[in-house]
Amino acid sequence: MAPLLEFKDISMAYHSIDQETQAISHLTFSVSQGEFVAIVGPSGCGKSTILNLICGLLSPESGQILIEGKNAGESGINIGYMLQKDHLFEWRTIFRNVMLGPEIAGCVTAEKKAYAYQLLDSYGLKEFANARPSQLSGGMRQRAALIRTLVMEPSLLLLDEPFSALDYQTRLNVSDDIGKIIRQESITAILVTHDIAEAISMADRVIILTSRPATVSSIVDIDLTVEPRTPLASRNAPEFKNYFNRIWKELNQP
Amino acid sequence: MIPVSNAQEKYLKKRRRDCRLIWLFRILIFILFLALWEISTRKGWIDSFIFSSPSQAISTFINMWKENALYLHIGVTLFETLVSFCLVFFIGISIAVLLWSCSHLSQILEPYLVILNSLPKSALAPLLIVWLGTSVKTIIVAGISVAIFGSVINLYTCFKETSPDKIKLIYTLHGSRFQALTKVVLPSSIPQILANMKVNIGLCLVGVIIGEFIGSRQGLGYLIIYGTQTFKLDWVIMAIVVLCVVAMLLYAILNRIEKWYLKKI
Repeated sequence: MAPLLEFKDISMAYHSIDQETQAISHLTFSVSQGEFVAIVGPSGCGKSTILNLICGLLSPESGQILIEGKNAGESGINIGYMLQKDHLFEWRTIFRNVMLGPEIAGCVTAEKKAYAYQLLDSYGLKEFANARPSQLSGGMRQRAALIRTLVMEPSLLLLDEPFSALDYQTRLNVSDDIGKIIRQESITAILVTHDIAEAISMADRVIILTSRPATVSSIVDIDLTVEPRTPLASRNAPEFKNYFNRIWKELNQP
Repeated sequence: MIPVSNAQEKYLKKRRRDCRLIWLFRILIFILFLALWEISTRKGWIDSFIFSSPSQAISTFINMWKENALYLHIGVTLFETLVSFCLVFFIGISIAVLLWSCSHLSQILEPYLVILNSLPKSALAPLLIVWLGTSVKTIIVAGISVAIFGSVINLYTCFKETSPDKIKLIYTLHGSRFQALTKVVLPSSIPQILANMKVNIGLCLVGVIIGEFIGSRQGLGYLIIYGTQTFKLDWVIMAIVVLCVVAMLLYAILNRIEKWYLKKI
């Protein structure tokens, strides 16, 4: 079976009047069905660009992106994208924020609404369905943002440093929450982060990128002996420290 | 109910006293001004023929009201102002949306908008009379001309400042540019649109009065210019006061709508 996502020799540059900035150069990796992959790299190395490419917001200058063996544009799978901030709209209630995806896709059906309510219920936001975003805490808002992407039933979920805007304690809790939700819904996910610990605690595999122009420096399979493997519990695994040191060294290579 | 502490009680009392004091002085200044005006005309310090007086203005008001003449003038000005205000609202938003959706167009038109906005529109009024004749239509166009360019620039700037990440969110949900407009840009701009409307209503009134000065037989602007030409200064003063009240009311209505909206979200 073809992997869910394949990057084949992708290169990409940004252009401005002053200069051309090579963001990604000859990047190759793949993600299989049901896997949770984290991409770490020095800041500004083009991590977000990778997600934009997968989502189709940008197109590569050379190389091929295959989704389920087909060209990215023709695959027709649902890709969810979670941004750094929740971007919940203050002029909508939480429920209407969550229904933004179906509204845009033109598929506001009774089933979708029921599904949205069910998700809000399972993830503890049921009583806030009619609240305004400002009435929610940072962690709850991020959960609402996740539900907004889950309503579209994505086969692939892209997470662009979704916890970086939160304070440390909330961040640990929310990443634990969201890690559990993603495993529960068994969605393939790609997490972009500069936080090594977060990457190890959540992912099955960590792809380490070099500084700009980004290319794969190495790939580390994460195998932790904890049960159940939740993000918070993972941080206490005996192997955690070793992985951390290994990735740290890799990132700091000259 | 939460018991209020002594200090809080004291603080609230002080706030209420301050508030009363401010209102007292506001009213006092108004009464003092009117009294001084009235007395100085009666005592002959200033010429009541040129400066009119509060009592004369009030009696003119009552007489004209009885003759149903004032009613017509206020109605005409109000009608022209509201029509041009509504047209500025729709045309302004339409053009701003057009500029937002086509960045080339906005780049091409930018210098023209800046020039037209900085041009004193009263300079256009005589030209409008020649082109369009002395009709209500001309006055409405004059009203629009004063407000429209600033409104377009203002709204366009506001649309452009919409958070790019919020627009990206729409694209990640596979929305179109049109959906980015209707789901993000317009709803997030409502507070600024309301603030813009508050400015526009005043500007439309300015344009309408300028138009009435030059080419009209009705309206408060006509009343002012006619009163000046025939040295009926009572008319002029009264018309100006009525204009003040009209402007205040129009502004107050929009202010109410804005407050109501901001409270709702």
